[in-house]
Amino acid sequence: MTDVISARGLVKTYGKLRALDGLDLSVPQGSILGLLGPNGAGKTTAVRILTTLLDADGGSATVAGFDVASQPGQVRAQLGLSGQYAAVDEYLTGYENLNMVGRLYGLGRKRSRERARELLDRFDLTEAADRPVKTYSGGMRRRLDLAGALVAAPPVLFLDEPTTGLDPRSRTAMWDVILELVRGGTTLLLTTQYLEEADRLADDIMVIDHGRTIAHGTADQLKARLGGERVEIVLARSEDLDSARAVLSELSDASVDVDPQARRLAVPVAGGASALMETLRRLDEAQIALLDVALRRPTLDDVFLTLTGHPSEDSEPAEQPGASPEALELGR
Amino acid sequence: MSAAKALLDGAIVAKRNLIKIKRVPDLLVFSTISPIMFILLFAYVFGSAIKAPGVNYREFLIPGIFAQTVIFGATLTGAGMADDIQKGIIDRFRSLPMSRSAVLIGRTGSDVANNALIIVVMSVTGLIIGWRIRSSVGEAIGGFLLLLVFAYAVSWIMAWVGLIVPSVEVVNNASFIVIFPVTFIANTFVPTAGFPAPLRFVANWNPVSSVTQAARDLFGNTNPNVQVPDYWSLRHPVSYTLIWVVLLLLIFIPLSVHQYQKAASR
Repeated sequence: MTDVISARGLVKTYGKLRALDGLDLSVPQGSILGLLGPNGAGKTTAVRILTTLLDADGGSATVAGFDVASQPGQVRAQLGLSGQYAAVDEYLTGYENLNMVGRLYGLGRKRSRERARELLDRFDLTEAADRPVKTYSGGMRRRLDLAGALVAAPPVLFLDEPTTGLDPRSRTAMWDVILELVRGGTTLLLTTQYLEEADRLADDIMVIDHGRTIAHGTADQLKARLGGERVEIVLARSEDLDSARAVLSELSDASVDVDPQARRLAVPVAGGASALMETLRRLDEAQIALLDVALRRPTLDDVFLTLTGHPSEDSEPAEQPGASPEALELGR
Repeated sequence: MSAAKALLDGAIVAKRNLIKIKRVPDLLVFSTISPIMFILLFAYVFGSAIKAPGVNYREFLIPGIFAQTVIFGATLTGAGMADDIQKGIIDRFRSLPMSRSAVLIGRTGSDVANNALIIVVMSVTGLIIGWRIRSSVGEAIGGFLLLLVFAYAVSWIMAWVGLIVPSVEVVNNASFIVIFPVTFIANTFVPTAGFPAPLRFVANWNPVSSVTQAARDLFGNTNPNVQVPDYWSLRHPVSYTLIWVVLLLLIFIPLSVHQYQKAASR
């Protein structure tokens, strides 16, 4: 397989900050590479360099065989970009937005119109087609923005956090659209803050932090390094701590984490939801009262804790709605 | 990328900007209300105390207000560029295989249309309060064209400003601080004869004065018996204005296109 996107030793500095610090990546034709990392990890910088929006300070990259630095025009003709913030004109209608993009790609008048209608149908925006984008919901704007990236049916697609800030339902719908595209042979580079998203979509995942790759592999390989799911319980009464620990240790070979202060116990399990059911059944038999119970999958914070020994530095939910572990779990 | 492609792409972007004017008519309403207000304030409040040499003050005033208003219109260009950057649309445009100058050509082009509309509204207001065109149709058209061409050149300054400042608000504040004095230290509202000497010097060489003087000449709003101040800029106002237009375009088109290529959203 040939690499449609390839980068070697990309460096970008802003003053003292090294946004990219020698990043290598390659994406074979028809596959999805997921760039996973917290805010400020360098994901967007990488995308901006590969899409010719930004010049690298070091290293080189090619997209569809063209060099991003010396042949930016040819590169742009091959790619579609959909960013973190929907780049659509809110005073134009959805149809006018897509028609304009078609004309600017150099599609003829007639072809642009047809293509706009086609994409509006495909993204379930037909009814809203002739309304100004101002009236669209966040999910609709994102879909329109993605449609904008697809107008010229580019062979290479860059999606920069396509679902950040979307509600769970819109996110799932977006995933379906993306998977369908790649089945059609598109090569895709996707950035995300959500482990689950990378897991669902990407063939290959690169975890980056401080502009460097810190882990690389398939979703299964990464998860194996992280350990699987954990059952967490919070007890109603401290007296139950010992009996609860006994119940949990029967369920897993791994040791049980106990936080007596918070009356919280956690244990890695295999088998997901059925393991959770089993746990609850046994705790019930033992007449142990619970305040809270959860099945937690590894979150981005767990990834960072495991891989780097430090939590991701920038994951306050206030700044990035939907980036918290809670939202991740809702999104399943 | 060929010039034809740049113009075609520019026209596509201009169409997009004009649709916005259609969808948000308040923008046009507000940008015409303030010049109308200026006309009325100066005609009836200040005009009662200002003497224009050899002509009715209202005839003296209207070409000056035209000049001031079309220059303020350039603020729209800067605000539009800054807004596109803030909203991330520039990223979309820059990732497309379109001409590098198209967004700027489109933006400055649509603002000419906007200015033309505003001039129509102001002309009607002027006619109602007693302004008259006393020259030929050809000269009058020349007057309007010169105003628009000058405004177009100023648009390119503001386009560049819009690309380097962080937000739309900054464009608006900056333009207010700069454009206000530039359009007042001129012959736009009062004859410069009474200014203190250094200020008079600046005012008479100010291209806003020459474009105003040219418009007055071309609309026939001057008295042939009254001498204009002995400055080349005011004796040959059309040439002097056009020299400025060429200079501004030569400087700010390349600067703006260069800045556009570096523009980063957010």
